[in-house]
Amino acid sequence: MGKGVAITGMGIISSIGNTVEENYQSLLQKTPGISKIEGISTIHKDHIKVGEIKISNEDLSDLLNLPSSNNYSRTALLAEIAAKEALKSAGITDVNSCNTGLISATSVGGMDLTEKYFYSLFEEEKNRKYIESHSAGNSSTKIANSLGITGFVSTISTACSSAANSIMLGARMIKAGKLDRVIVGGADCLSKFTINGFKTLMILSETNCKPFDANRTGLNLGEAAAFLVLESDACVKADNKKVLGYVSGYANANDAFHQTASSVDGEGATLAMKKALKVAGLCSGDIDYINAHGTATENNDASESQAIRRVFGDNLPKVSSTKAYTGHTLAAAAAIEAVYSVMALQNNLVFPNLNFETPIKETNIIPETELLQKDLHHVLSNSFGFGGNCSTLIFSKE
Amino acid sequence: MEDLKLELKNNIIELLNLEDVNVDEIKDDDSLFGDGLGLDSIDALELIVMLDKDYGIRLTDPKEGKKIFESIEIMAAYITEHRTK
Amino acid sequence: MGNYYINGIGCVSAQDSSDNELGLQNFVALTENVAPLQKPDYKKYIKPTMIRRMSVGVKMGVVASSMALQEANVEVPEAIITGSGMGCLRDSEKFLKNIIDNEEQFLTPTAFIQSTHNTVGGQIALGLACKAYNVTYVHDATSFETSLIDGMMILDEGEQNVLVGGVDEIGNHTTELHKLIDRVKKEETLKNSLLNSKTKGSIYSEGSQFFVLEDKKKGNCYAQLLDVTIYNKLSKNEVTQKLEAFLMDNNLTISDIDVVVLGLNGEVDYDAYYTTLQNTLLVNTTQVYYKHFSGEYNTASAFGMWTACTLLKSQKVPGNIQLNDIQPTSIKNVVLYNQYRGENHSFVLLKSC
Repeated sequence: MGKGVAITGMGIISSIGNTVEENYQSLLQKTPGISKIEGISTIHKDHIKVGEIKISNEDLSDLLNLPSSNNYSRTALLAEIAAKEALKSAGITDVNSCNTGLISATSVGGMDLTEKYFYSLFEEEKNRKYIESHSAGNSSTKIANSLGITGFVSTISTACSSAANSIMLGARMIKAGKLDRVIVGGADCLSKFTINGFKTLMILSETNCKPFDANRTGLNLGEAAAFLVLESDACVKADNKKVLGYVSGYANANDAFHQTASSVDGEGATLAMKKALKVAGLCSGDIDYINAHGTATENNDASESQAIRRVFGDNLPKVSSTKAYTGHTLAAAAAIEAVYSVMALQNNLVFPNLNFETPIKETNIIPETELLQKDLHHVLSNSFGFGGNCSTLIFSKE
Repeated sequence: MEDLKLELKNNIIELLNLEDVNVDEIKDDDSLFGDGLGLDSIDALELIVMLDKDYGIRLTDPKEGKKIFESIEIMAAYITEHRTK
Repeated sequence: MGNYYINGIGCVSAQDSSDNELGLQNFVALTENVAPLQKPDYKKYIKPTMIRRMSVGVKMGVVASSMALQEANVEVPEAIITGSGMGCLRDSEKFLKNIIDNEEQFLTPTAFIQSTHNTVGGQIALGLACKAYNVTYVHDATSFETSLIDGMMILDEGEQNVLVGGVDEIGNHTTELHKLIDRVKKEETLKNSLLNSKTKGSIYSEGSQFFVLEDKKKGNCYAQLLDVTIYNKLSKNEVTQKLEAFLMDNNLTISDIDVVVLGLNGEVDYDAYYTTLQNTLLVNTTQVYYKHFSGEYNTASAFGMWTACTLLKSQKVPGNIQLNDIQPTSIKNVVLYNQYRGENHSFVLLKSC
């Protein structure tokens, strides 16, 4: 088990595509999915831009062949689409052919429904089926039931780093022999709740976000879901599976600095990256590409830049944030970026950091702004969240 | 001006849940952030909303708040000059 | 697999549960359908500068975790793992209500930033300046058990101790919604005991229980945690098989079990998951329950584990939790079983130390 844990399938739906292939094409063609919001009525609609998936809940339900009586939240709908694609791409027909688990991540859960029917639920009976869809665990239970997973099912919520921790737990459980196969990832839909929440923090950009730019203007929120199938070496061998890449390193550390803000010196992020390198048995010079958290807020990009400098010094790998494509998809972000990291490895490509012009003076990190062909062996992906959560994953080709 | 200062002190204590602080413990020129009252960046955002809601002053850049909220004295002067309600 | 010793425990609940030695002796069965917390002395545990933004859930979590850490004599743990089915519900409701009532205007950030599910874990870390591994599980009735599984793995991976707990708070709006769909009992005051209520729903409450797991036994040790397993879905018949298999994995049979701690919550349609076991496999085993004291919440099973820890340490089963007349000669092995509405089943196995 020296190599790490095999990734045998992936699925994704984001504002730049409904499948892995569509996401890949958008990344290649530098086509961002940032637009004005249409699906949610909000007084901020002319002042924010978002990474919105332009498919209605009804159409998503149809794609999944759900009965009209279903009580899926948008998070659950997105999650199930991505999870099914992941399973299909891993060539799994019988999910219980080995001990299989599911670990999902979400921050909003069914908030889209709760905020829509907050008061009317008391008067009208017809929407009460949505009450139980609110909890974070509900969307995972729905996917598990739909895929037929009866054993280990769990949900993680550590704000914007959630999916990194679900991938990490999945990899650890396989290494520990507690599961043979696990579907890991995360999902979050846009909601009035998060739009207004981030608005009160004054970190929503009115224009397309500019990660790592000295004149960055804040983040674009997005919605998405992505899942990966992780399998043990024994499973891979038994079924002669094609391996897309490996989860070779992971770590979670806490900044313990402030409830929402990251420390100026990026302490938590530094610890996470260093620990992940240690788990992978790699040194900083082995990393070829960093898919950064890079939300384009003043605070994150400054702090993350400091942390990257602390770990990599002057010997920087290629760096880019793909948030300018998808927006910040909160609990799903790390899963989205895990899929992009694996695509980068598979195709030997560094995806561009859109909208970058001027480097941050203190750290002078200059991300790649054009698609770059480069031999890649190890990709490091960062995800940070409220509550001081800092998580790092490392994906390797071999 | 004195009335406004007292009003601000009362509002800040209530708004920011400063349970153990009395109005007379906050001096007009005490610094509100850092070593003084110990407020932080989240409190600054709360105060920005208070400026908007109570005095009709809308700040778009949270950095502006840093200077305005330095002390009760400076805050009161800024509000007096810019208030629209 | 290594050894996992529970060297410190802390409990905040609808009872006065601040004294681990007293255990459940003086507890009074809850009678209201929504039973609030008995507030501990927050200021004894939390600095005034930290407390001002904390919601009840955060305060409970900080107090319960401080109690557990103090008992185990651990200053800063090497990992913090929190289970919380609904997260910081009160601040979520508060922020959402403000959005709707004020039509998205004049909103302030405090409730939003405190609304995330991992606020409790984050605030515990912040208070302790703990930079270690920190995760929050939010999977309904198995939020706490997943935390335990992760905690055991953390010790296997080489850490020496880990703080693991559960926390859930009552949110008034959510409770009102849950009354509409029969999750909370309609009757405001129970006419009979919880288990004889014969009505839909359970009684809602809130609480937080934290545990310090360590790789070494200390003088204050309550129990050894042997194993935890969870299932997304089981039928009533499968529960029996799965419990037997769980015990067999640990080289035990039901005759080795001295006490079984059941999550019975008075739900007329779902308590059969327990009674089926009670009347068959567990018929010769001492059976106890606890939700008449704790009420139901997503992480109430952590109260069950706190209960089990007090039994193992005192070697006594108080009459106020017993479901049958069987008295154990000694308490060595204890198994816990919990589920909620037929989903999210968990088995936890503890041994005296």
